[in-house]
Amino acid sequence: MQDRGRLGVLLVAPALAAVLVLFVYPLGYSLVTAFQAKGGGFTLGNFAKAFEFYSVDIGFTLVIIGVSTLLIAFASIAVGGYLTLGENPRAVALLRWLYRWPLFIPFVVAAQCMRTFLAKNGLMNNTLVGLGILDVDQTIGFLDWRGIIITFVWKQTPFVALLVAGAMASLDRSTIEAARNLGAGRPRILFEILVPQVMPTLLVGLILSFVTMMSVLSVALMISGESPTMMTVDMAFRINNYGDYGTANALGFISYLMTATCAWFYLKRQIR
Amino acid sequence: MRAWIGRGIVFGLLAFIILGPLANLVLWAAAEQWYFPHKLPVVYGTKFWEQVFKPRGDALVSLVTSVWIALATVAASLALAMPAGYALARLKLPWRTAILLAFLLPQAFPSLAVYINIARLFYDFRLNGTMTGVIMVHTVHGLVFAVWITAAAFAAVDRELELAARNLGASGLRTFLTVSLPLAAPGILASAIFVFLESLDEFTGTFFVGVPDVITLPLLMFTASIAGNYQIAAITALVLLVPSVVFMLIIERFLKADVLSKVGA
Repeated sequence: MQDRGRLGVLLVAPALAAVLVLFVYPLGYSLVTAFQAKGGGFTLGNFAKAFEFYSVDIGFTLVIIGVSTLLIAFASIAVGGYLTLGENPRAVALLRWLYRWPLFIPFVVAAQCMRTFLAKNGLMNNTLVGLGILDVDQTIGFLDWRGIIITFVWKQTPFVALLVAGAMASLDRSTIEAARNLGAGRPRILFEILVPQVMPTLLVGLILSFVTMMSVLSVALMISGESPTMMTVDMAFRINNYGDYGTANALGFISYLMTATCAWFYLKRQIR
Repeated sequence: MRAWIGRGIVFGLLAFIILGPLANLVLWAAAEQWYFPHKLPVVYGTKFWEQVFKPRGDALVSLVTSVWIALATVAASLALAMPAGYALARLKLPWRTAILLAFLLPQAFPSLAVYINIARLFYDFRLNGTMTGVIMVHTVHGLVFAVWITAAAFAAVDRELELAARNLGASGLRTFLTVSLPLAAPGILASAIFVFLESLDEFTGTFFVGVPDVITLPLLMFTASIAGNYQIAAITALVLLVPSVVFMLIIERFLKADVLSKVGA
């Protein structure tokens, strides 16, 4: 038995070493560099500079990702709820076919789609004008921080909805039927019976989405590269234009803090 | 009947929001000329397709680069993940949960901040701007899928069958090669597809580590889009979409419910 244990460690070791060398080490390196002056000593100057130049973008990053996460939560509950409680099989099948499309679309491609679709003379406005809903001079483009939110919600909702719908489908149908027999409406069944039971799955999906959105560079660069934009754009700018690792890593540290806070709330809820 | 009018409006709106951006991409890919105030392309044609797919053109070179990197990433991930997945599924391991979670780390932190530091560290080893460097970055990022799904696939193999083989006198290695591995193959294939797509679509890591010499398809698409070459960007984007859509259609064949329920467990 001792031998089998040693064999197991031996088999896991190479993969674990890869994560340590190529992820944990650079992660630690970035944490240290964030607090390091150019000469080498300890400093908080990088953070002062990060806040001085980029406080607007730090705020907007929080707003963009916060609003996106909320919208993704509502949209995926709505999709999962309809797939579970919908009474018309044809409508349910249609939604099941429709909602998944953006799931495996790469972020760069999603950004390119939205870059053309949301523009002032993109297909969105062209269609609205063509249908007579808007006048040509009433159109507005969404290629700014709002466009980033739209792209994130469009791209991430299917992923969370897939998890939520799966969790809802595996719940015990008898409680739903019982509530229905007692006269509860579908919205009430959704929010009082289904959502509380799938909460753990929903939260895991939302946290994974949150972290993903936090690291995506292409969407922010392609939809709105100018301020107010996301911290990822500023980090890339500091590195590519000034080789300024101090400030970039200070911004990185702030982005770790944001995700860590999120994860902490999740863990606290899980333990309780 | 009244219900369908309401549904029609809601589904119409949903279809517009979900499929509209994709329709816009397809239109740009088919357009030769499209300018304001025309609502649809003025001239359709294949001029830009010929430009993208001309022999030894940038796009074809990038496509080959992307596919090579993705294949090498799959090979590297599986070489690391198959032993690890088997050990996690079948052998006694100290701190098993902690090890499982360790592979999740690269997905649990905003990766951009880590990539810029990998790029800086790679500089000392002359790995910047090389395929090897990009493959290493992609491998670590995809490792969580590879390890978790392979572990689930091995865990879903019926233990009785392995024991039967051992009772008939097969060695541990032979049992693994002739019983466990073939039975886990669909799950392993699913993890390979996941890793392949992750690598093919990866942007941020390649953006920092691959520049200036390794230009994958997503980077080429990005450059074309920023330069305003929307036709080129749209055609490249469509090429990137093909594997994603195919995968969406066939994933359920490889990733069966019995494997899926064991992922991360």
